[in-house]
Amino acid sequence: MSILEVKNITKLYNGKNGVRNISFTIEKQGVYGFLGPNGAGKSTTMNIMTGCLAATEGTVTINEFDIYQDPVYAKMLIGYLPEQPPLYMERTPREYLNFVAEAKGIVRQERKAHVEEVMNRVGITDVADRLIKYLSKGYKQRVGIAQAIIGDPDIIILDEPTVGLDPAQILEIRQLIRDLGKDHTVILSSHILQEVNAVCDKLIIISKGRLVAIDTPENLEARFAGDNRINMVVGATKKECEEILSGISAVVNPRITPIESDDKKANKVRISLGYTSKSDDTVSPDHINTCDDVIADIFFAFADKRKVIYELTNTKAGLEEIFLELTGVPEESDNKEAVNKEAINKEETKEAE
Amino acid sequence: MKAVFKHEISSYYTSLSGYVFGLFLLLFAGIYVMIYNVRNLLTRYEAVIFSISFVFLIIVPIITMRIFAEEKKQRTDQLLYSLPISIRDIVLGKFLALLVVFLAPLAIMCVYPLILSAFGNVHMAEAYSAVFAFFLLGMALLSIGMFISSICESQAVAAGLCFVVMLINYFIATLASYTGVSAMGSFIGLTIFVVLFAFIIRFMTGSIFTAITGGLVIEAILAAVYMMNQELFIALMPRLMEKVSLFERFNVFINGIFDISGVFYLLSVTAIFVHLTIQSLEKRRWS
Repeated sequence: MSILEVKNITKLYNGKNGVRNISFTIEKQGVYGFLGPNGAGKSTTMNIMTGCLAATEGTVTINEFDIYQDPVYAKMLIGYLPEQPPLYMERTPREYLNFVAEAKGIVRQERKAHVEEVMNRVGITDVADRLIKYLSKGYKQRVGIAQAIIGDPDIIILDEPTVGLDPAQILEIRQLIRDLGKDHTVILSSHILQEVNAVCDKLIIISKGRLVAIDTPENLEARFAGDNRINMVVGATKKECEEILSGISAVVNPRITPIESDDKKANKVRISLGYTSKSDDTVSPDHINTCDDVIADIFFAFADKRKVIYELTNTKAGLEEIFLELTGVPEESDNKEAVNKEAINKEETKEAE
Repeated sequence: MKAVFKHEISSYYTSLSGYVFGLFLLLFAGIYVMIYNVRNLLTRYEAVIFSISFVFLIIVPIITMRIFAEEKKQRTDQLLYSLPISIRDIVLGKFLALLVVFLAPLAIMCVYPLILSAFGNVHMAEAYSAVFAFFLLGMALLSIGMFISSICESQAVAAGLCFVVMLINYFIATLASYTGVSAMGSFIGLTIFVVLFAFIIRFMTGSIFTAITGGLVIEAILAAVYMMNQELFIALMPRLMEKVSLFERFNVFINGIFDISGVFYLLSVTAIFVHLTIQSLEKRRWS
């Protein structure tokens, strides 16, 4: 049984933009990252998932409850922090959370203890009796998070939960999210890669209103690992370098650029090279060159010629590159869009008729 | 519903609005009791109720403007949408809280006839039927105010619009007596209403097509009826204007008549506008 199922949701604002045909299923607990550039449709999707916004098409099912057919049951299983925390400024966090707890149907006897516990968990006990409008942005954000986790819902949806927090607070909140992820399903949105990488078990990447990938960060990295390069700075001339590198079979496509320097004697070049994993080792043809093997070969080759390696780094295709590649517009999606537009136009003419 | 109700009540009384509402009603009730009953020795308490009904023009927009417009501005409507409460319960909770805020000063006003009766012969039945009608009128006006707040993005616009609607409601009966009674005049007047109606449809549904077709259909029916039976249209406009006015219905009670149809009319208006508020909030999720 899936915890959350989003099926073909489409939301159009005046016939354009919004999100198109997004589907995914969440089956087990953990932290899920919703990633996409600004305006990609993250908030729209989250609003639809929580019933704050109605989709033009498609369904959202939470534990078998449809968010439109059985909104009250479905919403009992969700805690939601929208992009802008929905706070009553004239209230204190305690009053506010009491109201939310009551609205979520927590019985009177348990309410007070539960609110205390949640306030402790997000660290707002100190400010519990100050008016929310006088709280700093970080505290307001925490009250918002508290509101979402009150009532211990199965699914916690947080729209950019760490916006406006200072670095120490961000770490705290991330830890909190990780803890919550152990026995809840947490879905958080962000356009900050480090954040999702730090806390999420799985990433859902959307761009321009479309779902482009859903996978674990490791798998995504593995999928794009082909672009790995080794960068180095060596104390040698360009010609010497070319000679040395030509002796290493795994090296492909080296780019060597001399480094301009005031000191004429300092003779340094910057090298950027790719490598193949195929080995020409005749003894064991199944051997696969790892990055470390290639680095070792390079190191010894330069050491034999008594050339100094000042820097040597191995750049993996990070999430950042993957993200940029995924969210950039591939050519084929343009076609799709055109097709979609046509379909929509057809629908519109049908409606008009 | 209970959670929303309690939350609303406490926000009326942590901010000043609940007190201001009560204060206004009681202030004017006090002034008129002093003038009519104490100074001029009138035994009719309903005259006081009649005279203070204008207070609604001011207090209804003030108390209702924030109900939903404020939620929208603070984005707290998203909280309400995501909580496991149905929209109907949210609206009812808010409306009941509003009624309680209204009933509190009204309860105090119910004591006045008792005090006055110690000094003279007060017509209790008429006095209390006037208070009852006053409550129904207030309830209907508050439901209209709440609906206006639900369609407005800002409190100021909600208050302004609500004030205009209250004002029209208050003066429409007076205007009716100056409206022409000719059949043609009534027809033109109704046409203007049809155009207004079409504009409202356009605004609510966003579809020009529906608005124009709807307007044309109604106008065609009107024209057909006008062709067949012109007499029906004589003095139709002023009669309709009087019928529409909530204040006019209320005035019947002041004259000592317990008008059952008036009770139903005011109750229906309330029900309709509470329902429209629910619909308008449901609709907002679709835009």
